[in-house]
Amino acid sequence: MPSLKELRNRISSVRATQKITSAMKMVAAAKLRRAQEAAEAARPYAERMERMLGSLGGSMAGSAGAPKLLSGSGDDRVHLVVVATADRGLCGGFNGGIVRRARELIDELEGAGKTVRILCVGRKGRDQLRRLHGTKIVDIIEGVGRRSVEFAEADEIAERVRTMFDEGEFDVCTMVYARFKSAISNEVTVQQLVPAPLPERDEGADAGGPSAVYIYEPDEEAILEDLLPRNVSVQVYRALLENAASEHGARMAAMDNATRNAGDMIARLTLQYNRTRQAMITKELIEIISGAEAV
Amino acid sequence: MADGKVAFELVTPERLLLSQEADMVVVPGGAGDFGVLPRHSPLISTVRPGTIRLHDGGGEPAEIFVAGGFAEVTPERCTVLAEEAVPLADLDRAEVERELREAREDAADTDDERRRAAALRRAAVAEAKLAELG
Repeated sequence: MPSLKELRNRISSVRATQKITSAMKMVAAAKLRRAQEAAEAARPYAERMERMLGSLGGSMAGSAGAPKLLSGSGDDRVHLVVVATADRGLCGGFNGGIVRRARELIDELEGAGKTVRILCVGRKGRDQLRRLHGTKIVDIIEGVGRRSVEFAEADEIAERVRTMFDEGEFDVCTMVYARFKSAISNEVTVQQLVPAPLPERDEGADAGGPSAVYIYEPDEEAILEDLLPRNVSVQVYRALLENAASEHGARMAAMDNATRNAGDMIARLTLQYNRTRQAMITKELIEIISGAEAV
Repeated sequence: MADGKVAFELVTPERLLLSQEADMVVVPGGAGDFGVLPRHSPLISTVRPGTIRLHDGGGEPAEIFVAGGFAEVTPERCTVLAEEAVPLADLDRAEVERELREAREDAADTDDERRRAAALRRAAVAEAKLAELG
């Protein structure tokens, strides 16, 4: 049976923790709103770019002159896996979920006899992958989106990917990140970046008539030459934004839970404290009474 | 959609900047400026750094500087994906001159091929801004 003093100390320490978690929850909620807005605001660009790529790529796919970012390097031996996680923990199963999916993907690829290299975006992914796959990690990029995710940051990461591709260091690049669904849920997504996957051509979409024949200026190849690298940046940017929103959502949920648990714990400890206190008073009374009776 | 209007959209990576209807849009295409009127043929073009002019209702056109990108035109709409977009009136000459100088210095300083290319691109954008400012 812990003494009254010990109980008091525990109660005050749990209360202090509760204050921290509830503050973190509020911070996460505020950041979530901003991240969510940013993620939603960035969607139109990515969508329109996909649409453009769809109509361009459709007419170029398979032809000999197609740029490598679209047609691939003609091989698929070396895979680059970009694992996007958060830099910080305390966000429930967010990082764990992404890393788990990344591990599955790596095992799958290695099972198929491919060489895997890993590019970590975010420190937590590195920490968790280092033990099993340490030698495959090419590089870690930290500090992305410390305040908000900037396009320039995404562009830098994309530039690394493009440079590596140009130098023939990998054949296929996939990115693992968490797609934001709602404040309390996200979905770990695996997306291929290079070669650019062509979106499914659905005829019903407002393609401006029966899959309109576009005039290209200057020509398809030149536009693709510009558009494809840009597309990599945009996809990375979008993934990072979605990831940031998911992270804050996950953290908010985790901290909400922690705050509630701390509340439960305080209630339990307070009850125990009061019981112990009463038991002591009763004991003292009994001692006094039985002392008086003995006289 | 009102008849005889182009639905114009200007999108940057960060957000949908502008979505409005116009009588005519003049876009600085990679192979020369082109005007977009309603029922324009479908077109996809690169965009060079320059000014988009949005004509609507016969007044002065709205002028927006874009730092390159892509344009997609269909008979009903005109979508410009810009890397960066600023209303021309918000550009400050001194600021742009400083940008240009810095970009040129960066290009001269670095011996990394890619960095130099990036700096030269920035310089080209700044030059285009200056040209538009007249």
